[in-house]
Amino acid sequence: MEKMSGARSLMVALEKEGVELAFGIPGGANLPIYDELYKSNIRHILVRHEQSASHMADGFGRVSRRPGVCFATSGPGATNIVTGIATAQADSSPMIAITGQVPSKMIGKDAFQESDIIGITNPIVKYAFQPMDAAEIPTVVKKAFYISSTGRPGPVLIDIPKDVQQNEAEMYFPNEVKVRGYHPWVDPDIREIERAIDMLLSAERPIILAGGGVIISGAFAELQSIAELLMIPVVTTFKGKGSFPENHPLSLGPIGMHGHAEANKMMVEADCVLAAGSRFSDRSVGTFEEFEKRLKIIHMDVDPAEIGKNQTTTVAVVGDIKASLRIMVKMLVQKAIKRGDDNPWLKKVNETRDYYRENLKLHPHPLGAAKILRKLREVLPHQSIVTTEVGQHQMWASLFFDVIQPGTFFSSTGLGTMGWGFPAAIGAKAAKPSVPVLDIAGEGSFNMTENSLAVSVLDNLPVIVLLMNNFSLGMVAQWQRTFYDRRMIGIDLKNCPDYVKLAEAYGAQGIRAESIDEVGKAVQTALKSDVATVIDIPIDPQEDVLPFVAPGTPLKDMILPS
Amino acid sequence: MWSIISVLVENKPGVLFKVTNLFRSRNYNIDSISVGITENPEFSRMTITTSADEKQLNQIIKQLDKLIDTVEVKRLEEKMSVYRELVLMKIKVTKPSDSMEIMNLANAFKCQVHDVRKTSIIVEITATPDRINAFEDLVRGYGILEIARTGICALPRGGVNED
Repeated sequence: MEKMSGARSLMVALEKEGVELAFGIPGGANLPIYDELYKSNIRHILVRHEQSASHMADGFGRVSRRPGVCFATSGPGATNIVTGIATAQADSSPMIAITGQVPSKMIGKDAFQESDIIGITNPIVKYAFQPMDAAEIPTVVKKAFYISSTGRPGPVLIDIPKDVQQNEAEMYFPNEVKVRGYHPWVDPDIREIERAIDMLLSAERPIILAGGGVIISGAFAELQSIAELLMIPVVTTFKGKGSFPENHPLSLGPIGMHGHAEANKMMVEADCVLAAGSRFSDRSVGTFEEFEKRLKIIHMDVDPAEIGKNQTTTVAVVGDIKASLRIMVKMLVQKAIKRGDDNPWLKKVNETRDYYRENLKLHPHPLGAAKILRKLREVLPHQSIVTTEVGQHQMWASLFFDVIQPGTFFSSTGLGTMGWGFPAAIGAKAAKPSVPVLDIAGEGSFNMTENSLAVSVLDNLPVIVLLMNNFSLGMVAQWQRTFYDRRMIGIDLKNCPDYVKLAEAYGAQGIRAESIDEVGKAVQTALKSDVATVIDIPIDPQEDVLPFVAPGTPLKDMILPS
Repeated sequence: MWSIISVLVENKPGVLFKVTNLFRSRNYNIDSISVGITENPEFSRMTITTSADEKQLNQIIKQLDKLIDTVEVKRLEEKMSVYRELVLMKIKVTKPSDSMEIMNLANAFKCQVHDVRKTSIIVEITATPDRINAFEDLVRGYGILEIARTGICALPRGGVNED
């Protein structure tokens, strides 16, 4: 036991959790925290808007698989991170958000910069704490990290009134905590896994659907072993993109609204699916009823509430995906199950993939999305981390950018938060400075958090922004062209600002690339550079993302480019 | 179809909000809810009734279970549990004979009678929803001025759900 202030105990507790850096902005209600941050070994990264701090913490968390930490003051500081918290929750990303709150005696009095951030964030956090006594802080921090990083990860909020930060107390730092009512570890049921194997073996047209859970649990090797032992083709959700090497002969790529044609096609024809860490989102499976009718579903998930939420399942395995898949691999090896590739289903899978790879019409423009992203894949090292913004470029990334090394691709897939990719890339760079980090961006989305250029430059976290600039909110434009009879409104961004000058204004490097050759060279220049680089690529505003499964329709009704 | 869910929760501020907000945000419906401290002051018990189909009910239970502040969530089968609701009904008295008739009915339903006045009577009935509805139907003719209900509160019968 040692006597210290609440704020000091917060820093000690964070250091004990291994926190080395945090993103944030100080303000009136968290100054005692910042005063202790000044004295601590934790590196502070000053952002220009709290939303970016939360996305950076999210990006850091996804890459390091340890909670990223962000700080914000009370009131508007706290409400500015709400989008980041919701994004982390939707994509099960570990994050600790620490907000200052008005002094406890002022709570409920509508004080200056007071917001009920606990109430506001209730539906979008995994848990929230509001310690009212300084002595609670060390235990609260321990519990927050425990809850955020175990089971299905998620954001945890710690809202600390200013007086609680300042008050001194005898502090006890627990090495372990128990949270009654929280049971993140469930042992997978062996019998269910046996049933799953039997089902996969007796199926004529089995398929594996790998979701984000494979990436979160790092079950890449296990997934690959199962696919190879059973010779089952692998599709992924968009969140699961890159959970399986996309150049593998069994890989078909992501399914869904903008899935690969061959993936959607084979998903529709499968008779049994092993869904690992997928929640059957509407964007992945189209209309639920259609999906359900034709398939036997084996559902593996760490979150029991996901079983049966969107989909009726035949076999359910609750538990960590890595643990469940590992048991499955072990059983397959013990039973000496190893299948060959000589069967009609795999033959059809290969034919279908070859057909679409050869015959899918690509946009004819010299700076078509496929050409840009295939060039990027050529020049970008496989271990690089790639994030995306949200919009057409994101879906083009899904279609045309193959992830070779598992677990190197991250996107705001659940909430679809525009402005996520760039700050998340900076967070990713902070988590893994040794590898190049690149944000595949559209300018509409990049606009929303572009002031993070200052952070990338000043804090020496250089990332590359590959800006597919179509001077418009392209995805909205596509929907207006497709569903609203070309009544175009609210989409024209008119090439403003000039992104090369914008980058330079922040002390970053700006390069305009007007041919595929220039794109390749620009990425190579950026890779050699030690400063953030924005590569502005003027693309054709008329290019649509195709294939396209219209919302509320089944995957089989996929619209192909004509 | 209605179901009874019994939820043992941490007895601390904000937990009721989390539970009710879960129902709101996931588009489930609460028909009634009653909350009170248990034999152990660290816990409160919430008894929630909801009309949901089987699939939705399973989801409600899993989502409730997922809340970190819920310690135990179980569905109570009607036949295997004791469940009651307390209702206070202020019934209009128009003519002198009304009072006697209402009190006779109350008696037949084992109700307590409170606050007998020239123009109204308050009757307290503690029973199952069916019985409460039957009583309400019988006295509706006199005119029901006001009703306050506690919501269902329930426990599994002895030997049921006891680990």
